[in-house]
This record gives sequence, C-alpha cells and structure tokens, in this order.
Amino acid sequence: MSDCALETEGLTKMFGGFTAVRDVALQVKRHTIHALIGPNGAGKTTVFNLLTKVHRPTGGRILYEGTDITADTPATIARRGIVRSFQISATFPHMSVRDNVRVALQRRLGTQYQFWRSIRSLSVLNERAMELLSEVGLADYAEANAADLSYGRKRTLEIATTLALDPPLLLLDEPTQGMALEDVDRIKQLIRKIAQGRTILMVEHNMSVVSDLCHTITVLQRGEILAQGSYGEVSNDPAVKSAYLGGGHA
Amino acid sequence: MSTTFKIFLVLCAALLVVPFVPGLIYPVFVMKVLCYGLFACAFNLLLGFTGLVSFAHAAFLGSAGYVTGALMIRFGGHPLGMPAAFLAGVAAAALVGFAIGGLAIRRKGIYFAMITLALSQIVYFLAVQFRWTGGEDGLQGIPRGSLFGLDLSTDTTMYYVTLGLFAVGFLFVDRIVHSPFGQILQAVRDNEARATSLGYDTDRFKLIAFVLSAGVAGYAGALKALVFQLVSLNDVSLHTSTEVVLMTLLGGVGTIFGPLVGAALVVGLQNYLATIGDLVTVVIGLIFIVCVSFFRRGFVGEFLHLRRRRSERAVRRKALRPAPETSPAAEPA
Repeated sequence: MSDCALETEGLTKMFGGFTAVRDVALQVKRHTIHALIGPNGAGKTTVFNLLTKVHRPTGGRILYEGTDITADTPATIARRGIVRSFQISATFPHMSVRDNVRVALQRRLGTQYQFWRSIRSLSVLNERAMELLSEVGLADYAEANAADLSYGRKRTLEIATTLALDPPLLLLDEPTQGMALEDVDRIKQLIRKIAQGRTILMVEHNMSVVSDLCHTITVLQRGEILAQGSYGEVSNDPAVKSAYLGGGHA
Repeated sequence: MSTTFKIFLVLCAALLVVPFVPGLIYPVFVMKVLCYGLFACAFNLLLGFTGLVSFAHAAFLGSAGYVTGALMIRFGGHPLGMPAAFLAGVAAAALVGFAIGGLAIRRKGIYFAMITLALSQIVYFLAVQFRWTGGEDGLQGIPRGSLFGLDLSTDTTMYYVTLGLFAVGFLFVDRIVHSPFGQILQAVRDNEARATSLGYDTDRFKLIAFVLSAGVAGYAGALKALVFQLVSLNDVSLHTSTEVVLMTLLGGVGTIFGPLVGAALVVGLQNYLATIGDLVTVVIGLIFIVCVSFFRRGFVGEFLHLRRRRSERAVRRKALRPAPETSPAAEPA
C-alpha cells in the first residue's frame, strides 16, 4: 500500500465549456499537513468541492487509502473517516455548544434513527463531549447557544465537533478565513495539535499559516498544478513567483 | 419530570372536567380543538423541528379520515372495527406521506413546498373521483363503533376516548422531538451541509420525519372522522393545509405547545364568531398580520423568549452587582 492517504489521478472538472480543474494528480501523504494554494480562480475551491463530493468530477479518480471513492456521496465519505470543515463557521446555531459536539458523537451509538427512545439515552456521551470541549478550551461555554459564540469560538467549536468523529483525514476549507490575528494564532496551534496521527489537507490563503504548519504545498494555477514541494521549494520557484506577482504582465 | 410533562398533566386534568360543565364549554368543541391541535403538532414536527414547509398536510388528514370512515361504515359493527379502522387510517396517511415525501425531498425550499402542494391536489382530485369516498358528498353518518367494549356513540364517552388518544399522540410527537432521532433532525434543520459532513444521510432523516408527521396528521384525521362522524372534501382541501400553517405560526413554530394554542385560537374564533359569517376569515387574517408583524415567534414562542430574556438579565445583574455595602460613600460636597 502506498504511503498516501488521499490521491487523485487525472482529476478534471468542466463547467459547461470551461475547464475549472484539469488533470490534477494530488498525493497527500499520510500524517502530514498538506496545503492547496493558488491565486484567485486557480481552482482550489473546485478541487476541494470535488474531494468533498459537492461536485462530481468530469474525469479522473479519487482514492482514499487505496479505495476508489469517486462515486461516493458526501455522507458516505464522512463515514469512511474523511471530515470536512467549511469556509464560514458551520455550527448548529440553535443547539447548545455541548449538544453540537454530541451530535457528532451520536453516530457511534448507532441510535440516530430511533425516534421512540428518550433523549436521556444520549447522556452517556456528555462526558466525552465535555472532554473534547476542554481540549479546545470551550468547556466554560458548554451550556451556551452556539449562535451566541464569537466568530473565533464558533470555529473552535467546529473543530471540536470534527474531532468528535476522530477522523483520520481532515479537509479544511480556509480555516483562518476572516479571523483576527490572535484567533489565527490560536487556530494554528489547534491545527498543529490535532494533526498528531492525522492527515490534513487545507485550502489556505494565509501564507504565515501555510509556512508554519504545512509539510507539503501544492500550487494551483488555472486549474492545473503549477508546483509542488515544501514551502522553501515552492516559494523560490520562478513559475510560482510570476503566478502570484503577475510576472511579465505586472 | 420535565416541565413540558407537568404542564401537559395540568392541561389534561383541566380537560377531564369539561364534560361536567357543558354550560361553560362545549365538549364537542373541545374535541374539535384537540383534533386540530394534534394535526398542528404533526405539522410543526415538520416545519418547526425539521425545517420543511409542507402544503400537503390536508391530504394526510383527509386520506386517513376517508379510510377510517369507509371502513367504519362497512365494518363498524365488528367489536374490533374501530381500532382496526383507526389504525388503517393512520397507515394510509403514512403511506401517502411516504409517496409525497419521497418525491418532494429531492428538492429544497419553495420547490419542495410546491411539489407537496401539487401532489396534495392529486389526492383532492382522487377524493372527488372515487366512489368509496362519496365524491362531493363525502362520507356521512360514520358510526363510531366501540373500543374494547366501550360504546362510543355518546359524546361523553367519545370525549374521554378522544382525550386519551390525543394525549398519546401529543406525547408521541414530544418523544420524537426529544429523541436521538429528533436531535439529528434539529441538526439537519440548523445546518444541513454540516449534518451531512458529519456522516448523516439528511434526506433519509427528512423522509422519516415526513412519514412520521403524515402519520400523526392521519391519526388526527381518523380521530376527527370518528368524532364528527363525517369526512368531507374540505378535509383534503388546500384550505385546510393552509389553516394548519396559520395555527402553527400563531401559536409558535418550533415550540411544543404552540400548535395547540394556535389551534384553540383559530377553532375558537371560527366557532364563537360563527354568527358574523364570512367575516371570521377577515378577523383571522387581521390577527395573522398583527402576529407576523409584531410577534413573529407566535404566542408561546414570544412567551418563552420573554422568559428566557428575563432570566438572562437576572443572571447578568447578579454578575455585575458589587459585593454588598462596599460602594464608596459619596464625597461630601
């Protein structure tokens, strides 16, 4: 078995006549943090949406731990252990912070379709939910409504909810998007912490996050892979420099 | 014991004495409120706790009524006729719900609502065309039969049976909301994409919720057919489907007791203002406009909101209050 957690072969997506992603071969090594970067319109989000099954690829394959998952549904890949985050914070606003985490834990009980059982049967999950909240520093807000949290805390809650599933592979969509500086630092530390024993693929704009956290970086431009390697390699690549600075057109 | 259950017990206790004071409140009126209240609870399960707007609920209420009614007319004399016909009605509504819901959940939002509307019109058309539904005449003189040897033909006996069946239906809905399944439903309502990303097949949850809601609406419809010994085209009409929206919104969508309050209000106005004829519609319309303009959460919803706000403020005040008697004395001028 290869050492890749996630792999794509010839991944292509066309919208009408427009090719948003062309022949992308991505290799995300197990237990690494991998970043997907590129200028606006490079196709990062489309690749992300293909991996998370929001879109169906026009061509190519997606392999997770060697298994072809190209035809899976979004809920199926989650059950396989691939969990995504969202660009805007994704919580359940009218539920308490603890219940947000508990919704994720609940799948393990296998009682999600039991409408005749009391909700008290979920109390066994409270302890684990509180543990996860303490881990990310949200234990004091357990009873608050998720809607009342600050933006940074909502994103933290989202991570706690994701961790509840204990997924081997995390797909993060711009985890620090729209955050204040001190929040960015907190999330950075949190990502480093949760990366232990996990594989992470993230789309990110913030270069300080990318350079500090990521082992491998893939640069996309006009839907194709422009460069791949460590931050040092990629940032010195002349093609990357010209793509970001506009090269001869500037 | 939860607060909901306590309130419910008090309500049921109060309803138990109704037949002893017929001068004050008419038992048949209360039975009507209970049937519509349960109907609205079923609707609220979908709108309030799953986030789906259905315009097909009359189809469930009516199809259960027709099936129960038609079976009672033929087999009402049999000792097990009533429970069998009742359950057949509920099953028919759930089945119609499965058909309509299965088609509609493929779309979201307004398109979902429009599909339920279109399909419920087909049910209406069938009710007009079929012979066993009595067409324009509907089904009249439906016998109430007997339940476990209890003759239901007197209003007082029927009243207590109605109250009992209502309690079972209401607690069933309350249980669905407060169950492991209900918890995921709430998650789907709050953020469907996120629920999917956690590995839940949201369409499946929506379909099950739809069928359960249709089943409870049918339960109310079967009960109503027995109480009034009558099923008419009005029961499957769009008018009834919109009325239940009105009841739920007036009472408070997404609250446990809201639909009951809303149903009592609408049925009460229709009943007590019957003397002014068609103007009732105008009165209800005005109340609705006032409701959506000034208290959008509905009666129960606003009440709960106020109470929560007050308790939050109390907590904050407690937190802000300085330790007693330590405030510095004012400097003498």
